[in-house]
Amino acid sequence: MTFDWTAAWDALPQLLDGLVVALWATVLGYVLALVLGLAFALLRRTERAWLRLPVGFVVEFIRSTPLLVQLFFLFFVLPAVGIELSPLATGAIGLGVHYATYTSEVYRAGIDGVPAGQWEAAKSLSLSRGRTWTRVVLPQAVPRVVPALGNYAIAMFKDTPQLTVVTVAEVLSVVKAVGAQNFRYLELITVAGVLYLAAALLIAWPVRALERRYRKETA
Amino acid sequence: MTGERFISFDGVSKHFGSTTVLDDLSFDIRAGERVTLIGPSGSGKTTILRMLMTLTRPDSGTITVDGVPLFHERRGDALVPAGEAHLRRMRRHTTMVFQQYNLFPNMRVLRNVTEAPVHVLGLSRDEAEGRGRELLELVGLGDKVDAYPSQLSGGQQQRVAIARALAMRPDVLLLDEVTSALDPELAAEVLDVLRDVARTFDVTMLCVTHAMRFARDVSDRVLMFNEGRIIESAPPEQLFDAPEQVRTKEFLRSVIDET
Amino acid sequence: MSTGLWLLLFDGLLVTLQLTVFGAALGLVFAFAAGLARLSGRRVVRGIAFAYTEGFRGLPALVVLFWLVFALPALGLQLEPLFAGVLALALNIGAYGAEVVRGAVLSVPAAQLEAAVALNFTPWQRMRLVVLPQALVAMVPPMGNLLVELLKATALVSLVYLQDLTFQGQIVRAATGETAAVFAGLLVGYGVIALALTRLVRLVERRAAAGLGRTPAREVTR
Repeated sequence: MTFDWTAAWDALPQLLDGLVVALWATVLGYVLALVLGLAFALLRRTERAWLRLPVGFVVEFIRSTPLLVQLFFLFFVLPAVGIELSPLATGAIGLGVHYATYTSEVYRAGIDGVPAGQWEAAKSLSLSRGRTWTRVVLPQAVPRVVPALGNYAIAMFKDTPQLTVVTVAEVLSVVKAVGAQNFRYLELITVAGVLYLAAALLIAWPVRALERRYRKETA
Repeated sequence: MTGERFISFDGVSKHFGSTTVLDDLSFDIRAGERVTLIGPSGSGKTTILRMLMTLTRPDSGTITVDGVPLFHERRGDALVPAGEAHLRRMRRHTTMVFQQYNLFPNMRVLRNVTEAPVHVLGLSRDEAEGRGRELLELVGLGDKVDAYPSQLSGGQQQRVAIARALAMRPDVLLLDEVTSALDPELAAEVLDVLRDVARTFDVTMLCVTHAMRFARDVSDRVLMFNEGRIIESAPPEQLFDAPEQVRTKEFLRSVIDET
Repeated sequence: MSTGLWLLLFDGLLVTLQLTVFGAALGLVFAFAAGLARLSGRRVVRGIAFAYTEGFRGLPALVVLFWLVFALPALGLQLEPLFAGVLALALNIGAYGAEVVRGAVLSVPAAQLEAAVALNFTPWQRMRLVVLPQALVAMVPPMGNLLVELLKATALVSLVYLQDLTFQGQIVRAATGETAAVFAGLLVGYGVIALALTRLVRLVERRAAAGLGRTPAREVTR
């Protein structure tokens, strides 16, 4: 059997539709990961051990177990406890929570990078704890970790094919649906691969630009 | 103890970007001669040593060691830029001790001293270790053979580096500011070792240093560098006590004021 | 839960561990080959390695796996399923590992190479005796992270009907209907393996650091 260009061409519109869905899932999941990750990072620094330790455990646990199984868990268990979500929402939550455990580490590194003198200065001005965080520490910590955070957007996008198990109509789901009719898996998966590669490079472009700008600023 | 001409620089120039590091430089070193290179920083002294160690190539000019061009080899009738094989043959003459010691952190002290003799000179492990222990004894570190470099003081590390260099049985020993990274006390112990080396080994020494007392003690000749040129060359008594050039006088005064 | 179902999970665990171990071994081969090739003096070699690392870091592992299992047979090449799984995982993790290798080799100070030149080592001896032993130490922690990523990625093979832990978990779920318990159990299982791997890496890390004398491997005479 040889590569059938017509089959590849014919499937392209549907695959592109799938790509758009995958990108949506990435965007939604990423926003969640950014917010939740920051929450994790802050909670892991609280002085209240009853909060800090369980959060730390959960974060480590989620980070060291497969996203795929977590997606299964959400897909089957959420409805069972009465939470009915669309596939896209389920997928975005799965991605977002999983990657929040990575972004929280990035935030942590950024916060650790703020010099101790800044905390002391804030204390000497008797700023409240909340103000110290929002006005002094985070404004310094977050910008310097932007490139590292960006890299997780790419990583997250690359995990979107797994959303096929929660019936999100992303690229791999399209491949399976169309393939079930015409059995042109070679063409379908190859084109899908090219699309992923192109999209990943496209997302990587602004991230690399950010990295360069960041390096120049710190140089 | 000095013999015939062993190293010669002929019209050697080197530029880094727009700065001229060596400017059409020519000089000779005789076999067994001990030569100290002095001068303000950036005057090209270290570049001389790095070239002899093949770590830096000249832009123009010729360097010969034992009558053989260092960076060129004969192919048929033509001289072509030297390949790795030629450079390796030429490096047999020479070895170098660095300002920052550059011991291999992944090897214990004895291994640092024996690795190259085994792999490069082809000595048996036993033979290399016997010699290595002798040399470490000589530099006063016979009890540190099993330590890692990170467990030694800077002065001790530099003495290991000297033993490591001597283990290669070089014709030429290049010493690049070997005490500049050390506190005065530790520097003194390294310089004492080097005085011993100068007494006991029949080796040509090229030494870049700011330690003027040491230079006076061991050198046969001192070369004063300024802006990529040698502006004065004389035996140490003459150069230190009665320098001819104004620039040399100024330089010596500034160095002596420092210490 | 019956003994049969437990045995099923145990079989799945063995497959998962096989995928992890073989995937890591083959992944290391790819990582070193590509990582060192990216530092090669030859443009073509560098280019191929660059294409590999960039390509497989842009391609989802699951898509590579699907391609090997469902597309490749159309080109007349049917891989053994376990091998297809190992290959897909190794290609993916190897691309990331190559960056680790490259970074670790570049992190060895240039002065170390100069010292090796001054002792007249051959280029290959410089690599083997001086650069790699130091680079290896720097590689251990990031490689440990990749190992956990690899373990997590093994679950993907369940989607191409390889009977790993996740696949067998699905069978158990279907048989018992204990959805929440089974998936929670699976997650705990993976978590425990990850913890064991992390511990193992820590051990290697300490041994490696001792090889640079950073913590005394044994008492050194002072």
